[in-house]
Amino acid sequence: MTNPMIKPGPMICPFCGPRDASEFRYGGDPSVARPGFGCSDADWAGYLYVRENPRGLAREYWVHSQGCGQWLVAERDTVTHLVLRVTEATP
Amino acid sequence: MTGPSRIGGSAGESLPFAFAGRRLQGKAGDSIASALLANGIVTIGRSFKYRRPRGILSAGEDEPNAIVDVTLDGVRVPNVRATTQALQAGMEISPVLGRGAAFLTRVLSPFIASGFYYKTFLWPHWHLFEPAIRRMAGLGRVDPASRMTAAAGGSLSVDLCVVGGGRSGLCAAITGARRGQKVLLVDRQDSLGGSSLWRGEGCADLVAEVQALGAMVWTGATAFGAYENGRLGVHRQGEGLASGGSLWVVQTGEVVLATGAMERPLLFERNDLPGVMLADAALHYLRRHGVLCGSRPVIATNNDSAYPVALALAGAGAQVMVVDSRPASARSKAVNGVRVITGACIARALGRGRVSAVELDSGQRIACDLLAVSGGWTPTLHLCCQAGGKAVWDEDRVILVPAFPVPWISLTGRVAGDWAAPDDLPWEWAVAPEIPSSGATRKIWVDLQNDVTLGDVELAARENFTSVEHLKRYTTLGMATDQGKSANLLGAAAMAQATGRRATDLGLTTYRPPYAPVPMAALAGLSRGALQSPLRRLAAEPAHRAMGAHFRDYGGLLRPAFYGTDESSIAAECIAARQGAVVFDASSLGKVAVMGPRAGELLDFLFAGRMSNLAPGRVRYGLTLNEAGIVTDDGVVLCLGPEHFLVSCSSSHVGGFVASAEEWRQTRFGRDQVFIHDRTAQWATMSLSGPTSKAVLAGLGMVATLDDQAFPHMSFVMGQFMGKPARVARVSFTGERGYEISVPSGLAVPLWQALIAAGAAPLGIEALGWLRAEKGFLYVGQDTDGETMPHDLGFDAPRLKRKQGFVGDRALQLPVAGDAERKQLVGLARADGGLIPTGAHLVEGSPRRSIGFVTSSHLSPTLGRGIALALVEGGRARIGAEATWFDLGQTGRATVTPACAYDPEGGRLHV
Amino acid sequence: MTAPVPGIEHRYSALRLFREGLRGQRGWTPAWRSPEPRRRYDAVIIGGGGHGLSAAWHLAKDHGITDVLVIEKAWLGGGNTGRNTTIIRSNYFHRESQVIYDASLKIYEGLSRELNYNIMFSQRGNIELAHAPSEMEGMRRVVNAMQVAGIESSLLTRDDVLAMVPLLDPSPYCRWPVFGGMIQRRAGVARHDAVAWGYARAADGMGVDIVQNCAVNGFRIEGGRVRAVETSHGVIEASVFGMAVAGASPELARLAGFRLPLLCMTLQAMVSEPLKPCLHHVVASTPNSAYVSQSDKGELVIGGGLEPVPSYARRGDLAKTREVLASVVEMFPAFSTLRLMRQWGGTVDTSPDNSPILGPSPLTNLYLNCGWGTGGFKAIPIGGKMLAHLMATGRHHDLSAPFGLERFATGRLIDEAHAGVAHD
Repeated sequence: MTNPMIKPGPMICPFCGPRDASEFRYGGDPSVARPGFGCSDADWAGYLYVRENPRGLAREYWVHSQGCGQWLVAERDTVTHLVLRVTEATP
Repeated sequence: MTGPSRIGGSAGESLPFAFAGRRLQGKAGDSIASALLANGIVTIGRSFKYRRPRGILSAGEDEPNAIVDVTLDGVRVPNVRATTQALQAGMEISPVLGRGAAFLTRVLSPFIASGFYYKTFLWPHWHLFEPAIRRMAGLGRVDPASRMTAAAGGSLSVDLCVVGGGRSGLCAAITGARRGQKVLLVDRQDSLGGSSLWRGEGCADLVAEVQALGAMVWTGATAFGAYENGRLGVHRQGEGLASGGSLWVVQTGEVVLATGAMERPLLFERNDLPGVMLADAALHYLRRHGVLCGSRPVIATNNDSAYPVALALAGAGAQVMVVDSRPASARSKAVNGVRVITGACIARALGRGRVSAVELDSGQRIACDLLAVSGGWTPTLHLCCQAGGKAVWDEDRVILVPAFPVPWISLTGRVAGDWAAPDDLPWEWAVAPEIPSSGATRKIWVDLQNDVTLGDVELAARENFTSVEHLKRYTTLGMATDQGKSANLLGAAAMAQATGRRATDLGLTTYRPPYAPVPMAALAGLSRGALQSPLRRLAAEPAHRAMGAHFRDYGGLLRPAFYGTDESSIAAECIAARQGAVVFDASSLGKVAVMGPRAGELLDFLFAGRMSNLAPGRVRYGLTLNEAGIVTDDGVVLCLGPEHFLVSCSSSHVGGFVASAEEWRQTRFGRDQVFIHDRTAQWATMSLSGPTSKAVLAGLGMVATLDDQAFPHMSFVMGQFMGKPARVARVSFTGERGYEISVPSGLAVPLWQALIAAGAAPLGIEALGWLRAEKGFLYVGQDTDGETMPHDLGFDAPRLKRKQGFVGDRALQLPVAGDAERKQLVGLARADGGLIPTGAHLVEGSPRRSIGFVTSSHLSPTLGRGIALALVEGGRARIGAEATWFDLGQTGRATVTPACAYDPEGGRLHV
Repeated sequence: MTAPVPGIEHRYSALRLFREGLRGQRGWTPAWRSPEPRRRYDAVIIGGGGHGLSAAWHLAKDHGITDVLVIEKAWLGGGNTGRNTTIIRSNYFHRESQVIYDASLKIYEGLSRELNYNIMFSQRGNIELAHAPSEMEGMRRVVNAMQVAGIESSLLTRDDVLAMVPLLDPSPYCRWPVFGGMIQRRAGVARHDAVAWGYARAADGMGVDIVQNCAVNGFRIEGGRVRAVETSHGVIEASVFGMAVAGASPELARLAGFRLPLLCMTLQAMVSEPLKPCLHHVVASTPNSAYVSQSDKGELVIGGGLEPVPSYARRGDLAKTREVLASVVEMFPAFSTLRLMRQWGGTVDTSPDNSPILGPSPLTNLYLNCGWGTGGFKAIPIGGKMLAHLMATGRHHDLSAPFGLERFATGRLIDEAHAGVAHD
């Protein structure tokens, strides 16, 4: 469960500070690693299509698409949509 | 029997209006409802299902009955709530529902209980009955010519938003402002003070303090929705009927709900008669509008909140009788000049068309012209529940409360169950709903607007629709325009009683936004007309217009389709391109710079073909794929210098290319290793093409040499235009010799004019589409679909050579990539030279099976026959064979050909 | 006359309505029972929405398997069955989709009588608008694909569209000018709740047990087989299991120890206040991702595209509401005088190719019905029939064979997202 004490608010971009949620776009699942060329067909399908998709706290890629354009990693609750933490995405 | 009349408030401007054709007068400050009552009008319209006469029940958003169509200044607005719409001079008001087939429905009413339609109309067919039912249903009429406008809204960020400007809300706003918070106070009424405006003396002192502290105050504003991350949707009323008002998204750190509570009606037989009104509403009309709703009112109550109403009505000269279902109390004994019967309930209302008497459970009858009722209070928890609070019944406090605290929403005042006594006597206002356990339950209305009776709730229970959600959906209880504000709790309590459950088990259906209906015009806001998905435009648009360009929207980009009055000019443009020189405004083509130590590596990863070994000054064509191996775009890459490339992707894919490149850059290559800069808007590009293009370009003197040895096809040189840098690339979209000239976008018009002056004819995008189709040059998205891989287009190397290291590499080795029946891009030709329309299919077998479809087709002026590109199963193996095409019922034969129908050797590039 | 619905004791009819009207509606009986579940059944279906209830009915009717339990975690039909915009159509591009959705539409055409329950399938026609010549070409591609497959569909000119939908803005200079369109006349809308209730009543009549407010908390798995499910009503064993839990499929799969190529997102819908009839057809604009129809009750039922964020919130965001309404009002300027009355959201399973997943799961006796995305309602009859066939025979039906989980590894997707029209 989400900590109920966490206050709501706009998403906080590590580069730009608090910004309206509409400036951000969901970018995918950062836990998915790109397999090598020698992987099996099933591994490739898993990489392409199978996502963690938890109900509750999730680690997700987000992009500040209407702002600085940076890729971010957000910890977000998929039920309440509360964002707990945002950091910059790195390779 | 006098009924309602205006007894005070004679000051104020007189406002003429009409109701159902009658000319009437209201006063400034009236709502439509108060104006109608002041004119003695009790019956406002008919009910939805049984066409029973109905009157005004409430004075707010909870009104189920008084829904009217209003016309003013030629604009008709349907389904206006008479209780919340301010009266304006000249309004033509009509009930949304007339008598209709009232007699027929009265005869039928025993047979059309809730859900009857699920059980019949099966034979001969539902389609036979549906039109009549549709005509009977529905409320107001939409006028095809009427429009509502909206004002600009926006976003606002505050520390604290207080919803409700009554005493509690004002106090909360003051507390917040004193703490130094940025406060917004939102109230639905025109004046602050909430119910103190009719239950007390107002809150002028608190209002003054709020203003002195600098809190923002929005009156005439409704917070209709609580959304993620502490945002509220707020609708501010507009000026006048035809204004939809404005829509605001308020980002809050904290919300205090001071939304009060809504009075519940009582349940008794014929409780839907006009003249039955909520007690608080009767007080509202008296104190706010000087309208006494009856001279001989009976006030029926199960709580203390109706006593001040009784005193006020009596004080206004009415002969008041209170019927209290509870035993005698200090309060019932303390009302001077008002008769009180305690321990008695209303069994039924009596009267023809409107209430003229009540019958108590003892059988006693009392004549009256108003039956004011108070069945207790339901806190207005909507926003809290929308945010996940979930309302439940608290048996100890006998009131509805949120089951889960919402961390950013707190409650104060009546919505929190706190209502200070107006005097020293005990003050019991929170009471449980009372559900009659006997009587003619089919004549006791729970949801007035949707005509749902207590009998319907019992029927739902009998048939096992016992969940509150099933109750709602089966009986339609709570689904009317008032969204069950007065009905939901009573309905749930009735279901609990019918199924032998306790009141604590009683849940409510999900509270859904909006709290009260919001004009669609306001929600759409200014996103209308040209401001909706605004079109992108070319810098040289004025120059194109000057040449008679016909513009069309191509995927959100406004571009010249052709130059002339109709499409007949397209062929002439094509011929000019093949015989002379033409210029096409290609400024929207992508110009995305990729720079840095790993720039080449990133491009090698993004394209299904190597780019890093491109020499400075050279140009290379390539395809981009997604990870599923599907072609997403094509384009050319220019090497501007070491570690510096420019990607020219197609116009509609620039955004997608940049987004994808940025994703890989930041998550795979590193922000400090490569940099991406979209320069598309900074450069205008004119594409010059045709056998005489070299001569035209030479006339401009932009570059040092146009010698084909020094400046071959698929290379570029830098030059100058009007003293600014210009880049000229030798590429071709038409199959003819071609030059793509890019200059700073401020020079778009002069460059276009210079090329025209030098002898080039204008070429629109339609003609370009024909020319490239003759050459078999594909448009990704038109000549490809969501299954097309590079080898389907003839780019066999990535798959066959098992190339790796680029997006989609592994997908090209999946089983699907090797399927024999993959659709491949080929051409088609009819023996008679005719056209096969785009969208036609190729078919074979019996029964017919589609083996592909035409993606582009034109009557080629160059070749004098129809040409077509098509994606066809195993298409390349079919080249030379005949195939059958199918188009909207017509069929014909065609020969499968290579995609390129014109100059397959490519000699024209060098003419 | 069709054969009586097997098992339903108290048939609904006009005559019975009349009789009940005379005696104050006191003779009606529960539409379905609410028995306590037993410890063991031949078959257990998880999910009491349209697909699960339809599967139960088909297990009983097509395969004679009546020892069936349907488990619903909340109330019947409370998921996407009761939250969608009720559009039923089969105007798809790929052959595999066309045949399965059209089979579904055909069952819908006779469903009211088959279930002895009026689901109010109203074949009002579904019009897709084209706003540009290139969109007309795309529609011609789809219409021809349908005609080749023997499914009725036709192109409409601009004049055709404006005559059928007179409230559309006729100006060629508005933001979304009407250039033409396509229509499937057999398409339409139905009363969504009635579909769930009709199947529930009919399945119950054949002996199927339905339990509501019963959550599945775990699976007991032995040797790659499901032996039992752990529920809030105890452990329940069965020989074969099916799952039809749109919006919760990834969660349930995780409990069963495998993962699915699905992403759960929110699809929102909304209604206006009720109006006298003003819109006959279902009208959709694909480039706008907006569609609208008018219910029998008079409300305009409006939907839009997905909110492209993983979510289990079951509520829509205001920005999307506004975007959809702005498009609708721009296309129908007179609708600017109306009010939004109610707006809600549902959680849908979206698959990579916008096509469902039907077939075996990694566990040998658990079968899947999921991934319908935004279009599951129209497929309820066929989705249930396919799941029942899989559960009863252990094999694919011809119609469901292309939709198995294995297509993601072979790459043989049925990509409707980038081919035909994908809405509702």
